[in-house]
Parts: sequence; structure tokens; C-alpha cells
Amino acid sequence: MSGVAVIKENPSPAADDLVVLSNVNKHFGELHVLQNIDLTIARGEVVVVIGPSGGGKSTLCRAINRLETIDSGEIVIDGKPLPAEGRELAALRADVGMVFQSFNLFAHKSVLHNVTLGQVRVRKKEKKEAEERARSLLDRVGVASQAEKYPAQLSGGQQQRVAIARALAMDPKIMLFDEPTSALDPEMINEVLEVMRQLAHDGMTMVVVTHEMGFARSAANRVVFMADGRIVEETTPARFFSNPSSERAKDFLSKILHH
Amino acid sequence: MFDFLEGYDLLAAFWVTVQLTLYSAIGSLVWGTVLAAMRVSPVPLMRGFGTAYVNIVRNIPLTVVIVFTSLGLFQTLGVTLGAKDFTTINFRLAVLGLTAYTSSFVCEALRSGINTVPVGQTEAARAIGLNFPQVLRLIVLPQAFRSVVGPLASVLIALTKNTTVAAAIGVAEAAALMRVMIENEAQLILISVIFAFGFICLTLPTGLFLGWVSKKVSVRR
Repeated sequence: MSGVAVIKENPSPAADDLVVLSNVNKHFGELHVLQNIDLTIARGEVVVVIGPSGGGKSTLCRAINRLETIDSGEIVIDGKPLPAEGRELAALRADVGMVFQSFNLFAHKSVLHNVTLGQVRVRKKEKKEAEERARSLLDRVGVASQAEKYPAQLSGGQQQRVAIARALAMDPKIMLFDEPTSALDPEMINEVLEVMRQLAHDGMTMVVVTHEMGFARSAANRVVFMADGRIVEETTPARFFSNPSSERAKDFLSKILHH
Repeated sequence: MFDFLEGYDLLAAFWVTVQLTLYSAIGSLVWGTVLAAMRVSPVPLMRGFGTAYVNIVRNIPLTVVIVFTSLGLFQTLGVTLGAKDFTTINFRLAVLGLTAYTSSFVCEALRSGINTVPVGQTEAARAIGLNFPQVLRLIVLPQAFRSVVGPLASVLIALTKNTTVAAAIGVAEAAALMRVMIENEAQLILISVIFAFGFICLTLPTGLFLGWVSKKVSVRR
């Protein structure tokens, strides 16, 4: 939206790996939701994960900051294996921004306070400095005028943009988006996607689980197609949408693109 | 008609009731919150302690708890809670007993409040790097408290009336005075009505006020 400074000091084009998942498995009871997942995300890369519901997309996204535990395999973030619990895990989560389908803004705190909380309590910043940063981020996502309101007073699109600002305030190395527009009214989807496009443009490393094919086409460096707990196809958006190689992807695309 | 009241200090007696209620309420709120935190903590030992405490203490009659503080703690183990004279010792023992008992109810009210906080709130809090105590203190408990002001008001009202059990270990609160007056005066019905009215004067405004607070602080989602 407005052109406030880029969050990453150095939107490095370097091709080093920020997130590496190797042979990750996860079960929900009988259901094998993640099956031998291998995925590497480079710094500055925008990876869009698409696929049918129940295919493990959200679980994959949530496993990266351990909101879901995994049964086996390894997840390495910026060279360090994902800690199991405690102080190290909290520190890691601070470096991994997360945006949820249902926004999850802290309901009892004002918009401004939502964005300053992590800066003050986790990053140990001065309150004044945190507020300045929060206001500039809120301005960046276009909700600066709502800073004193409470989440319930905002529209879904505004709440989701605040949630993005809240995650950005931690200066994350990577941003995870778990179906960020799925709970939004159609006319609010674009205002959120626009913020995300801007972020991608500014060089943020992003993993985006979404059903927005337009966003995948225009903003992604890579499309990961997941179905039945497996990564079925992994390619550029152009190739994926024009000429998918797997039958499963062809079937999926035929269902969503021609209606 | 009210001549028989002469020589009795009703206000002083009710003042002791108020003090018992106030100290025990503060004590139970603190200890009850700690218990609730234990019951939702990731540490199995703490969860076990919290669960055991609540299930044991809330199932013992208050009279037994209060009498135990006097016979068990004071007379057998010599616990005086830092006081010298019997009046103060008994008062403090009663506050201890009432707190121990009431906090189990505060804990359960609060825990049901914790369950009203959507899991997404916790996930979002963890996702920005807050640790467990911070998640509880900054995100979960503030919302939980707001949703249980009503149930806590009931606990407070019950506590106010439960203070009458302190008479059993010689604390000179309202019920103790009532017993003395019934012994000495021939106005049984009137005495009962006066004390009933006294308690209603304490509890009714509490309930109304906290009902108003409950609406005022409720979290909009």
C-alpha cells in the first residue's frame, strides 16, 4: 500500500536455503496427513501451496513454526533444527511470522496494542519505539486510522491486514500465511492480497497456503501442489497453470478453473 | 420494639464479617488463579497437584476445614500465623480456611473461563514468540477473567455467607453474635430477620455491581 520502508534490511537475492523440510511425516490418528515431505524454501522466495482441502496444506504450514508437531523427519530453519519446546522454540517463533485464516487478533487489546505487544514483550523494545514502528506498519497495510479501535470493530479485511502488521512487527525472517483470505468476504480479499503482493515484491520470504489462483499466478516464484498428504507437483506458476505434469493437478485445475 | 438490640454491637460484628470476606476473597482470587494456571500448565506434576487439590478441598465440608485450622494447625501443630492473641489467631486461621476452600471454586470458575478463550488466541500468542507464562498472563487470563465475572460473583456471595462458619472457632462475626442474642433475648424471629437483612445488604449490592461489571468488561469477538 503506502510506500513505507522495506522490513528486510536486505532483501537478499542469495540462493541460500531458509527452510528445509526433509522426510517429514505426521499422522492425525489413522490419517497420514504429511507423507515424506521434502521441501526447500530459499531466502526471498515466495512459495504458494495449493491443493484440495484436507490435503495437508495447512498442517504443512503450521508445522514450520511447530504449531503442529511432526512424527518424524526434520525441519531446519536458517540452519538450525526446529527446537521441540521452551525458550528456543519461542525465540524461533518470533522469527517466523504467521497469519491465520481466522485472523486471531487479541480480542481484548486495541489494534495498536496488538502490534506492539510482541515487540515489547519478546523483542524487549521501548514502548515508544514499538508504537512508532506499529503505526508505520499499520500505515503500510492501510489501517493507520483504526489504531485505537478493538479488533471486533474492524472488518475482516482490516483485521487480516492488522494481523499481517502484527507479524511483520517481529521482523520475521519468513512469513507463513495459512489461507489468509478464506474467511473474508469477496470484496475484502483483494485488499489483503494487495498487501501480500507488496510484501512479496519487497523481498519477504513467504509460504502462502491459498485458494487464490490469481495470487499464485502473479506473486509466486514456485507453486507446490499438495494432495492426500503428498507434494504431487512443484514447479513455476506459469508451467503449473498452463501445463501441469501430474494427473492429480490437471484434475484439480479443471475443477477450479472452469466454472 | 427494637429495645432488645441495646448492648449489642451489630455493626462491629458485621464489620468482622466484611473483613473475613474481603481478606478471604483476595486470598482465594490469588490462590485460585495460581491453581487454575497449574491445571492448564504443560507440566504434568503441576496439573496433577492442581487437580488433586481442587477435588479434595471442594469436597470437604467447610466446617471441617475451618475446625481443622483451629484443632489441627493451631492446637496440634502450633501454627499461629504470626499473631499473639486468640482473637487475631482465630481470625487469621478462619481467613486461611476460607481461602483454602473458596480458591478451589475460583479455580474451577476461572478454568471454565479459560475454555471460552478461542484456541486461535493462544496460537497467535505463541506464534509471535510469547512463552507459556506470558501467553497465560497477557492473553488468556485477561480474557478468561472477563468472561467469568458473573460466576465469580456467585462465588463471592457464597463466600460472604460461608464466613458464618468461622463462628465455629470463635471468631466474633455476625453469626456468632446472632447465636448470643438468640440465647439471651426473646425475639427469635426478629433477630433472624435482622441478620438475614444484614447479609442481604452485603450480598445484594455485590451481585448487582458485579453483574454490571461483567457486562462492562465482556470481550467482543
